[in-house]
Amino acid sequence: MYTLSSKLKLTAIIFMIVGAIGLVIGFIQAPSNLDDVREMMAAEEHHGETSHAEEEADANFAEAEHGVLLDDEPSRNADEDEAHAAEAGAHDDEHLEHTLHQLQNKPWAAIYVAAFFFFMISLGVLAFYAVQYASQSGWSPVLFRVMEAISAYIVPGGIIMFVLLVLSGLHLNHLFVWMDPEVVAHDEIIQKKTAYLNVPFFLIRAAIFLAGWFIFRHFLVRNSRRLDEATDNYYFKKNFKLAAGFLVFFLVSESMMSWDWIMSLDPHWFSTLFGWYVFSSMFVSGITVIALVSIYLKSRGHLPFVNNSHIHDLAKFMFGISIFWTYLWFSQFMLIWYSNIPEEVVYFISRIENYGLPFFGMVVLNFVFPLLVLMNSDYKRVNWFVVMTGIVILVGHYLDVFNMVMPATVGESWFIGIPEISAVLFFGGLFTFVVFNALTKAPLLAKRNPFIKESEHFHY
Amino acid sequence: MASKVIHALYNDDDLLLQAVKQVREARYHIGEIYTPMPVHGLDKAMGLEPTRLAITSFLYGLVGLGVAVAMMNFIMIEDWPQDIGGKPSFSFLENLPAFVPIIFELTVFFAAHLMVITFYMRSKLWPFKQAENPDVRTTDDMFLMEVDVANHNVEDLTDFLYNTGAAEINLIDNK
Repeated sequence: MYTLSSKLKLTAIIFMIVGAIGLVIGFIQAPSNLDDVREMMAAEEHHGETSHAEEEADANFAEAEHGVLLDDEPSRNADEDEAHAAEAGAHDDEHLEHTLHQLQNKPWAAIYVAAFFFFMISLGVLAFYAVQYASQSGWSPVLFRVMEAISAYIVPGGIIMFVLLVLSGLHLNHLFVWMDPEVVAHDEIIQKKTAYLNVPFFLIRAAIFLAGWFIFRHFLVRNSRRLDEATDNYYFKKNFKLAAGFLVFFLVSESMMSWDWIMSLDPHWFSTLFGWYVFSSMFVSGITVIALVSIYLKSRGHLPFVNNSHIHDLAKFMFGISIFWTYLWFSQFMLIWYSNIPEEVVYFISRIENYGLPFFGMVVLNFVFPLLVLMNSDYKRVNWFVVMTGIVILVGHYLDVFNMVMPATVGESWFIGIPEISAVLFFGGLFTFVVFNALTKAPLLAKRNPFIKESEHFHY
Repeated sequence: MASKVIHALYNDDDLLLQAVKQVREARYHIGEIYTPMPVHGLDKAMGLEPTRLAITSFLYGLVGLGVAVAMMNFIMIEDWPQDIGGKPSFSFLENLPAFVPIIFELTVFFAAHLMVITFYMRSKLWPFKQAENPDVRTTDDMFLMEVDVANHNVEDLTDFLYNTGAAEINLIDNK
């Protein structure tokens, strides 16, 4: 049996406390009204005069254009001028309000990104675990207890996600614009989608997905534990069927979950391969975390039956699924870039213009780095190479979620500052605590699995 | 120089692997081994160097990448930068997504084909090549180990190979 070391426990708790403090600071720093925003922008103007000048030039240009159009109607011109001035004032206020919403969204979006990131890791691990059962793989049973422990986070993580969605539904934040009745009233595109995008149905769907995942995980793990004490393979067969059933449910629910929780942040935009794209991101992050936790436990002597061939296999999965992620990322990007249809392409224009570095940086982290480092068969057996690449992949996929959520919620007001880092620390600490606590609940070797002997002697 | 070799035939790959280990321990020199199918772990038992074919493939892939980039850059950007359906042909980077499918395929094409050709050349395989099969049964169900006699006593060597479980032992004069 594994016992949670007090050092690890303390580290996780410190992470959570520091993260929680940082999040509180993030919420305090967020402006509460328009005056705050004005002050903040005035303070910023001293730093960024150029952007302001650009804005003014834009305004001048608009005014000039306006003037030209109306030049031949001098009588109306005076009226229009007055109206124009009023309009400009209103426009200024509108802009401020827009910025206010973005800045108020910032700590919420930071929590949302981090909560989803860690949740999707455990969900990805659960999917990987089910794939191992359904494919009756012979190499992985020695890692089943690690996978079961990581997937334990699905319950607290899923509940947190649900609470966040409920809070959005209660209009405590503006993460989902389609939840704002005022926005919907003026937006015909969203109006046509309200049959799907309405708060009660949205929450019911989320509840169904989460309940399904919780239940499947509960029974998969319970059968796996019971198999240890069993005298025949009854529970293995049961788990095989359960895993196959879960994978069917998972593929449908995960796809819809990605439309609901991520794609609906941009309710004017849609992409058909989005579900797959989010899936590949969670799958590769999940496999990476399995590898990292296994290497950590092995280095502490808790997994004597795991050899470097198992690590090699996990690293191969990290490598392969990283490329799969890139394939989907590029397919989505290139199809939209190539056809350049305005209603689709705004999604990428806003990302490239305002998120240039994170948007393209994540492709380097998620594709180029693992491609070059994990291509060599020998490197895949070297623990520190796998750990290093694993950390890079996790950072890359955090940025991936960041790029999916932030442009729709905080727009150009993004920054990776106190709220963002604190949210990662908080959920990272919680994740570590839950996962390593779950590891203490069962022996680290699944005893009676029919493939356990093969797995222990696995050699590649 | 007329050297002599002994052909020891085995009818089981486990026996063969065992024999290879014993022959190497006894410091006899194994020339070649002929098997009807891949025997897992044979190269390790014989102490053969790992193949470098994968490394050549990676380098060929880089060549393919370079060829594709140079070609697309020259044709689409430098030589005749036309406006084709509004695609930005001003610089390579701006129009890169449109070139990626070609770059990818050419990388794979070069990596795969040149590696296969390298394999043929290194293992000396071509359509009208004379088969180098010492015993036709080795393509069906027998495993043949060729041991150099060199300056060893033929009698001792034969006895030794017999004890390793060889089903048949032939002394061959290499001309």
